[in-house]
Amino acid sequence: MTHQDTAQQRAGGAEAAVAEHNAGYPAHAAAGTEHSSREQLVLERIERARRARPRVREKLITLAHGAGGKATQSLIEAIFLDAFRNPLLEPLEDAATVTAGDARLAFTTDSYVVSPLFFPGGNIGDLAVNGTVNDLAVSGARPAHLSAGFILEEGFPVEDLRRIVASMAAAAAAAGVSIVTGDTKVVQRGKGDGCYINTAGVGLITDGLTLGVATARPGDAVIVSGPVGDHGITIMLARGELDIEADLVSDTASVHELVRGLLDAVGPHVRAMRDATRGGVATILNEVATAAGVAVVVAEEAVPVRAEVRGACELLGIDPLYVACEGRIVVIVDPGAADAAVAALQAHPLGAGAAVVGHVAEDPPGLVLLKTGFGGTRIIDLLVGDPLPRIC
Amino acid sequence: MRFVDEYRDAEKARALAAKIAALCEPGRHYKFMEVCGGHTHTIYKHGLEDYLPESISLVHGPGCPVCVIPMGRVDDAISLAEQPDVIMTSFGDMMRVPGGRGSFFDSSAAGTDIRMVYSPLDALKIARQNPDKHVIFMAIGMETTTPSTAMTVLRAAAEGIENFSIFCNHVMIVPAIKAILDSPDLRLDGFIGPGHVSTVIGCRPYEYIPAEYGKPIVTAGFEPLDILQSVYMLLQQLVEGRCEVENQYSRVVPWDGNTVALRAVSEVMELRPFFEWRGLGFISHSALQVREKYAAFDAERHFTLPGVRVADPKACQCGEVLKGVLKPWECKVFGTACTPEMPIGTCMVSSEGACAAYYNFGRFSRQRVREVSIEASRA
Repeated sequence: MTHQDTAQQRAGGAEAAVAEHNAGYPAHAAAGTEHSSREQLVLERIERARRARPRVREKLITLAHGAGGKATQSLIEAIFLDAFRNPLLEPLEDAATVTAGDARLAFTTDSYVVSPLFFPGGNIGDLAVNGTVNDLAVSGARPAHLSAGFILEEGFPVEDLRRIVASMAAAAAAAGVSIVTGDTKVVQRGKGDGCYINTAGVGLITDGLTLGVATARPGDAVIVSGPVGDHGITIMLARGELDIEADLVSDTASVHELVRGLLDAVGPHVRAMRDATRGGVATILNEVATAAGVAVVVAEEAVPVRAEVRGACELLGIDPLYVACEGRIVVIVDPGAADAAVAALQAHPLGAGAAVVGHVAEDPPGLVLLKTGFGGTRIIDLLVGDPLPRIC
Repeated sequence: MRFVDEYRDAEKARALAAKIAALCEPGRHYKFMEVCGGHTHTIYKHGLEDYLPESISLVHGPGCPVCVIPMGRVDDAISLAEQPDVIMTSFGDMMRVPGGRGSFFDSSAAGTDIRMVYSPLDALKIARQNPDKHVIFMAIGMETTTPSTAMTVLRAAAEGIENFSIFCNHVMIVPAIKAILDSPDLRLDGFIGPGHVSTVIGCRPYEYIPAEYGKPIVTAGFEPLDILQSVYMLLQQLVEGRCEVENQYSRVVPWDGNTVALRAVSEVMELRPFFEWRGLGFISHSALQVREKYAAFDAERHFTLPGVRVADPKACQCGEVLKGVLKPWECKVFGTACTPEMPIGTCMVSSEGACAAYYNFGRFSRQRVREVSIEASRA
């Protein structure tokens, strides 16, 4: 790639934007133009720019494309969705809903490349089973069958593989699913990071529910099932780069029973459920706001965060709302059923910390607003890539 | 959480906001500049402007260490990373900053070895672990981060490590504030002074601001109540007709600074005759370079740098934003051609950059949200 290309493209884009900026200000020079209305014009122009069809302008894949934020979203929409487009894929939910005869199935896949492979509270094997089970569960399905594909690096210890596979077997048993098909590839030393796993899964949708973030409406309650950010912070600390120690373990777990309890209690009132993984709760709330064309208003003080996670986030200058979880769900539910939903979640050990953290509102559409603990208001946007620690 | 929650207390904020409103002279407009990018970040992250009367505007200053690195220096750093057997290390904030030839992230995707570190000591650790490579630390920041770079060089020297150097881009805030005061574009009523910088240099270096320019300055902490209290202290000075340096951040900032840190810095580094600041241009005696005595740890002496000055893109108005002349949204490319995912200017990159803070946290109409919440409370 020639970097000059990028610079020129940016410069070209910039000139176009300046032209639009000038055109958008017919009254720019007029005396008495209200400051706030000028700001309003700019905000509207930005919203138009954000609604434009996403494009991947980079010439090379960067780590940001895998971080679950804006860059990932552009990649999915501009490259994958563009090529594969069909009505089942288009909602971009955690799992697709497909039919086979009379049966409605949820079908999903996910790849796991976590480093380190073993961390407090679990390993890549638990994650690979729980992550896929969770994607099925939050789609309203009863998880049934999984596949497992392994990409192993030459020189990877067989003993480690045994430990990973044993964890997968245990996680599958706990989730009541069976791993029914698989694949193994080995790549040369240096071409992989020890062990990558892909799992796919199917589950049966029996309740006749149609869930989806696009169905959220103003007034709905927003619930999270427990403290956020445990997994992401545990992994960051386990990498040993931070020299911070804390008694934290990953929250990796299958949420299928938790979800079952919720659906049994208030199923018809649930609009959408999401499994908060990469990009954290903030990313999901943005998906709700965008897909349903609503605002999501969150009260910072209501969001459950463990003191250790909050402390680490404060030190690193990152926001726990963006930190990955592996056993937490976000639920959008009819306001009348909110208390019953929280009670149903709290009845399960994984949902003991469940709480209503906010609500859906009409205005401003497409934005997630946070009422800060300090008493101010700000937005919570999608991140571009991974949250980067601040220098001072 | 202790040492955090007490500085974010909404009740105290409301009380303070009422006292601030009471001090404001009717019909007068106040403009205070928060010098530090860290302050800008706090203001937006906590929605602090909701507490200020409309007659007070906060103007964002030049104290964002990443924002002021000129494009040519980023290109120089990338050319260092492209040297054979070099590992470049950098703070996370710097990774997305665009030079004329892209950012560290772009360079890393193209095959260079650029690693994110949390401290220069981590870079030194990488040097110890990779004796067959030369490890360079991209040293950026104001007086806050300079001592840790200097201490790392001292440690490398003490341990006799030969495969480590720094690419020194450390700058100093006082000459930058002076450049702003000398600029005819801006009329300010006072400064919210840099807190972390002052933990190192103390408050004395600001005495020229009231003495020569007649502007009050209050050194401020980084929690939202710190900033609110600093605004109150500035207003009090104006009301009482005082004009001086005050220290709001006394829990951390000693009046005379940290002499141990200052000694380490002056042992390792010396003033550059001049240095280019992005958007502000060349400012004399505003940056540091490695002393001859520690030449072995100076990447600029180890390698030949292109050293080409790269003009900012024509559309970019970072300079005006850094000087506080423009609000972020007044820049012509803000939020359309220049976004966090495709930044043109540095102010959109760092989380401490004014544009990124406004885009990520403040990109909504306060007026409209206020109306909506009033309607909701009526309903």
